[in-house]
Amino acid sequence: MSYFKEDHLAKFAEIGKEAPELAQKFFDYYQNVFAEGELSEREKALIALAVAHTVQCPYCIDAYTRACLEKGSNTAEMTEAVHVATAIKGGSALVHGMQMRDIAAKLSM
Amino acid sequence: MHPHENDLNDVGQSDSLPAVEPFYQTLKKQGLILTKSRPTILQVNTGFLCNQVCRHCHLDAGPHRKELMGRETMEQVFAIAAHPQFDTIDVTGGAPELHPDLLWFLAQLRPLAPKVILRSNLTVLAEKGTPMMTQLKELGITIVASMPSLNEAQADTLRGQGVFSNSIETLRQLNRMGYGQAESDLELDLVANPAGAFLPPSQCELEQRFKKRLQQKWRIKFNNLYSFANVPLGRFQVWLRRSGNYTDYMQKLANAFNPASVEGLMCRTILSVAWDGFLYDCDFNQAAGIHMGKRKTHITELELPLKPEHKIATGDHCYTCTAGAGFT
Repeated sequence: MSYFKEDHLAKFAEIGKEAPELAQKFFDYYQNVFAEGELSEREKALIALAVAHTVQCPYCIDAYTRACLEKGSNTAEMTEAVHVATAIKGGSALVHGMQMRDIAAKLSM
Repeated sequence: MHPHENDLNDVGQSDSLPAVEPFYQTLKKQGLILTKSRPTILQVNTGFLCNQVCRHCHLDAGPHRKELMGRETMEQVFAIAAHPQFDTIDVTGGAPELHPDLLWFLAQLRPLAPKVILRSNLTVLAEKGTPMMTQLKELGITIVASMPSLNEAQADTLRGQGVFSNSIETLRQLNRMGYGQAESDLELDLVANPAGAFLPPSQCELEQRFKKRLQQKWRIKFNNLYSFANVPLGRFQVWLRRSGNYTDYMQKLANAFNPASVEGLMCRTILSVAWDGFLYDCDFNQAAGIHMGKRKTHITELELPLKPEHKIATGDHCYTCTAGAGFT
């Protein structure tokens, strides 16, 4: 059984039932974040797609794959965005190897 | 036989879905009546024969389609095209360049309206080469070319292997002949449809990206870019159904219904003539087999101007043109 349910996305607003003011503030903020600013809506959707892969959120991947396509990005651009996420996530693991090296050096003869 | 050839028989034509309110009811609820304005564009479909089998084609055009407009019908078109209310004659297909009488047809049409457009998939134009391009240039024909994506793999998936690189080379050749250049009167426009079951981005933003990228990578220039959603008819509908996207796509179009778009819809100012001379309110209704005003009328029976209360025939595919900013 999968915990991920596709229709959750469409029902996301229901999360506001128990704490409507907080939800409203969040959704207002969210909407403003993705509005055209110094970055275009298309660029923001590509960033969101990359982050969605980093946090491995199936809802976000679904939503921002669609958003990227509708903002005019093609699959090659979207794949490059995912590689950016992969590089940062992989790089962040690898750079912690420096900690490993320091600790190992201190403990080793 | 091409794999798409018998697709339409498999899945049938457009039908209403329980999840989508019929288009006519949506209009009625909004208190809107879709009537012709004064048509200024005469669109002529020379036939469904095409060298490509694009997956987003609403007409199911392709090499398997043999319908072509006859000379007699073409001559009947001249009589209507000469009416002063038309400022644009828009020649489409299929691939009109495959019609053996195309250049004669265009030469006869050219003096009849300020603007004559040829819709091209670019690949037949490449085959016909310099002789055809030179004649189009001499006649001052505006070229409106299909260019769905800046990504080669995506474009080729949609339109056929090698179509992207062929199109790039043809656009460069048209530029060399003066098409699309700032100082030239030779207009070259592009049409970019989404490569799937999703809505197009802002036309203005997409045009800027296409201009920048085509110039940077291939030194290609063009005048305008038009972007609109794919119409759920013909081969595109077959793909929607087979890929399980049909219901979601129809709902997406219906949810994006914008009542403000109705006033400026393309079908209000266009008359569409099919290869056999019968009239439609637009090219999409032609694909759906819905005659002008739901009455089968031949071009020889047409009386201009149309009555002001002339109602436009609609179907659920009309949600395509009323989505978001609308198809004007």
